[in-house]
Amino acid sequence: MEENKYMNPYLAGFLLGLLLLSTIYITGRGLGASGAIKSAVVAGVEVVAPSHTSNTKFYQEYSKEHEGTSPLMNWLVFEVVGVLIGAFLSGLISGRLDLKFEKGPNATTRMRFWGALIGGMLWGIGSQLGRGCTSGAALSGMAVMSTGGLLVMISIFGGAYGFAYFLRKFWI
Amino acid sequence: MGPLVPDIISTNLNYIVALIIGIFFGMILEQAGFSTSKKLVGLFYGYDFTVLRVFFTAGVTAMVGVLGLLHFGLLDINLIYINPTYIWSAIVGGLIMGLGFVLGGFCPGTSVCAAAIGKIDAMIFIGGAFIGVLIFAEGYPLFESLYKASYIGNPRISETLGISPNLFAFLLTFIALVAFYVVTLIEKKVNKEEIRFLNLNRTNAIIAGGGILLLIFSVTFVEKKSTLLRMIEDENLVRNYPLKEMTVDELAFRLLDKNEERLQIIDFRNEKSYSEWSLPRSTLFTRENLFEKEPAQFLRYRHTDNLFVAEDELTERKMAVLASEMGFKNIKILKGGLQKFRKDILGFEPIAEPKSLDEQWLNRFRTRAKAEIPELIRKNKPAGPVKKKQKRSLGGC
Repeated sequence: MEENKYMNPYLAGFLLGLLLLSTIYITGRGLGASGAIKSAVVAGVEVVAPSHTSNTKFYQEYSKEHEGTSPLMNWLVFEVVGVLIGAFLSGLISGRLDLKFEKGPNATTRMRFWGALIGGMLWGIGSQLGRGCTSGAALSGMAVMSTGGLLVMISIFGGAYGFAYFLRKFWI
Repeated sequence: MGPLVPDIISTNLNYIVALIIGIFFGMILEQAGFSTSKKLVGLFYGYDFTVLRVFFTAGVTAMVGVLGLLHFGLLDINLIYINPTYIWSAIVGGLIMGLGFVLGGFCPGTSVCAAAIGKIDAMIFIGGAFIGVLIFAEGYPLFESLYKASYIGNPRISETLGISPNLFAFLLTFIALVAFYVVTLIEKKVNKEEIRFLNLNRTNAIIAGGGILLLIFSVTFVEKKSTLLRMIEDENLVRNYPLKEMTVDELAFRLLDKNEERLQIIDFRNEKSYSEWSLPRSTLFTRENLFEKEPAQFLRYRHTDNLFVAEDELTERKMAVLASEMGFKNIKILKGGLQKFRKDILGFEPIAEPKSLDEQWLNRFRTRAKAEIPELIRKNKPAGPVKKKQKRSLGGC
């Protein structure tokens, strides 16, 4: 099947904006992603080492914030499962389903592997500090004009531009 | 009034809503091309600004949309999640994520998208993200002081900068539009394509038109609350605004009537005066309550008169104008305010030589009211401020 072209970015942005707006109107909260990973980690640790979660401060604070329910009964977990389904369907419709390892033209496989792993790790840590990632803090924060959200947004993009030059071997 | 969760949409149904919203979210991201790291990082090397276009169009659309909802009084800003501001944590976290962005080529949401269509590098990235959260969780004592430092609450940027939300929205929309134009030029240069300034084809015309519309909306969607608060500053308007009135005698009569069930008294005095004495069936209200989703529902019972009382009639009128403009029905004000009620009813001095039948009646009624109402006031347990059970939604990541 031939790969279809991507949607016009302004149209996609407009639709995403409307989706975010509806989300705020319906649920009172914005979109997100990293929170689901956090829930999954907490759930995983609870299963592997239940006594550890009840003794460690991070998990204690988490369970105090999300009282009584399993960490997986979480709005963002459901939302991210939806993202998986939605992206899969979209890839199916546009003929983009393919097991593929992507890297920059001058990057080695090894570079890309470690880059992706460490990059993911940094997001894991950074999104906890920033209390959200590009979706939960930057985009949703911008929609409600949260000072904190906008600060995270500026730092993410500013930081990325600052570091981009040093990491250009990975991508160009 | 939004948000619809938890009273119109239950917490459990909200999970289904989350799933559906997620499906749309995933579809839009994938269709926009966010499922490939090469396209995502193009932003940082100047060869592909799709991310910037999608991100800012979405952000500005939603931001102006939220202003629109507030303009039409459809959303209670006190109930929606405003990301908290911990200054240093936000900056350091953001910079770490920025490094992660150029190193990993994804952010969490886009990595999920890419993994869904089979990108192996995205799956590795997600694995890394799990490890990262685990590091944070286990090393929490190390991060904690930074994590909780310089907390300044949940301010909106307009409050932080001391400007109106509309001005901020206008500026940001304007910057976004300029950025869209500039990055198109940069992109063409980097990709060595022919640069044509102001190429007005149909697509570009639609985009420019949409941008101008957003700019217009960003300044016209003034928060309803601030418009109304300015409106009641105008005393002339307030005095001439058509409002239903209730006389002190009618109030006294209805207070004495044991079968009276259709009268609610909304007391706008301060909490101290209210706790000193208050009328039976009265609830303490503040001006803010009129704009809040839950307290406001109190005024929506059908076939019930909501009598607004305050010390003076002008305050009553102001509050009643606000309420009427917010669309509440059955609002009445007490003619002359509680001042008059105290003077004419509670402190009634009978007319010495009643000349007409009316005056005789008045003497008889008010004397009875003066004797019985203080007893009712004494027995009345003040209901206190209107109750608010709903809390701000929990959000973020």
